[in-house]
Amino acid sequence: MALILNGDAELWAIVLLSLKVSIFAVLIAALIGMPVGAALAVARFPGRRAMIVLMNALMGFPPVVVGLLVYLMLSRSGPLGVLELLYTPTAMIIAQVVLVTPIVAALTRQVIEMLAEEYSEQLRSLGVSRLASVPVLLWDARLALITALLAGFGRAIAEVGAVIIVGGNINHVTRVMTTTIALETSKGNLALALALGAILIGIAIAVNAMVSAVSLRAEQEGLRHA
Amino acid sequence: MRDMLCDTASSLFVRNLRVVRNGKALLNVSRLSLDGPGPTLILGPNGAGKSLLLRCLHGLIEPDQGRVEQDGTPLTDRHKAQQAMVFQQPVLLRRSVAANLDFVLKRQGLPRGARKLRIESLLAEGGLEGKARQPARSLSGGEAQRLAILRALALDPETLFLDEPTSALDPNATQMIERMILRASSRGVRIVMVTHDIGQARRLAADIVMMQGGHVVEHGLAKQVLNAPQSDAARRYLAGGLVT
Ligand SMILES: Nc1ncnc2c1ncn2[C@@H]1O[C@H](COP(=O)(O)OP(=O)(O)O)[C@@H](O)[C@H]1O
Ligand SMILES: [Mg+2]
Repeated sequence: MALILNGDAELWAIVLLSLKVSIFAVLIAALIGMPVGAALAVARFPGRRAMIVLMNALMGFPPVVVGLLVYLMLSRSGPLGVLELLYTPTAMIIAQVVLVTPIVAALTRQVIEMLAEEYSEQLRSLGVSRLASVPVLLWDARLALITALLAGFGRAIAEVGAVIIVGGNINHVTRVMTTTIALETSKGNLALALALGAILIGIAIAVNAMVSAVSLRAEQEGLRHA
Repeated sequence: MRDMLCDTASSLFVRNLRVVRNGKALLNVSRLSLDGPGPTLILGPNGAGKSLLLRCLHGLIEPDQGRVEQDGTPLTDRHKAQQAMVFQQPVLLRRSVAANLDFVLKRQGLPRGARKLRIESLLAEGGLEGKARQPARSLSGGEAQRLAILRALALDPETLFLDEPTSALDPNATQMIERMILRASSRGVRIVMVTHDIGQARRLAADIVMMQGGHVVEHGLAKQVLNAPQSDAARRYLAGGLVT
């Protein structure tokens, strides 16, 4: 615990990198996952059901496998090898985006579909087209979507398998909280591992508190599906 | 009244309308004119097809046969844009009271200042002053229904459809809403409203459409239908009072 209280520079660099990687990953996942989820909820096109099944399957994909696939894409001989991203924070962000996007998309679809059912006649009555209804639905589902993003962040920050494969756990470059805990524990350096573990738990609690705050807010505003 | 105000009265007319589901005709109306001299009230027991008729009139359901005509032509998107509907369960956006009204006004392209003024006058019209910033979903049943009506009126509709807007409300809330409806009617808005409350029909209606089993069993001036119903179905319904 002394490490936390003394503001150990190495420890905080690791925490900061973790937060940076996961926050970036969640933001990118939101930019991809929310429109995709909303489109799946509102549009009717062939292959829609298949896409929903695929998305739900991706949501439960083992992180290690996602790491492996991203590794293969980014490795020197892979299709994106020329970008030389392997063992960089960017590679870790990519892996987490792949992990989190299906979660965001699936939850978005669920929420938007429910809301669309409730709103559809009213919006049609007001002359709002199907396409124009998407931003309306996204905005009115905002509290539920924030919850979805928090869930995605929770998964990203706590994940170890994928980032260790594509990041390589390089000191001062790609060491994040989870990978450091794994490494330091195996080396017997329990102090650093425990300190990081405590911070990770603190983050998890903070995320949960935010989820509660959001749903309390939703209740106060009389929102049922949020 | 609309006719007398020479509001270039457009006509709303139903011709041979049939809605069939699972081989059963849920709605079967051969002719019905909705150009009475004031509010038209649609009355009838549960499942008579009142809501279905309203949805057809508003173009939310395409009939399997026949059509709704306005000004002698089948209902167009332009016609629909001049109609507004208040649903039995008010569907309010998950936003503030003012934002629910602003949503409609913005779509009409009103500039910000004009929208603000309009919102104020609408809130006053519905007795919702001071509630502008409250989340719409936290309103009471009567307030929510009033907001739904105000939002419909914000469209400046030529025709306003209302589906049992007071069925879940106490007498006081009901009275406020009836007054709003009468004021809109006297401004020249065509009112077509579903109710199963005979007293309400007596208070509001210029003419009454009686429905049962998907058919219009009687249509006439309110006094005539209420005091001297011609059909057995209407007589039975009126004798049963509120219960049916
Ligand atoms: N989409 C639908 N599919 C099948 N039956 C329907 C549908 N909508 C309404 N109905 C049936 O049509 C009848 C009339 O419904 P409705 O117009 O809602 O009656 P009400 O006069 O009480 O408003 C009811 O028997 C209802 O079950
Ligand atoms: Mg009904």
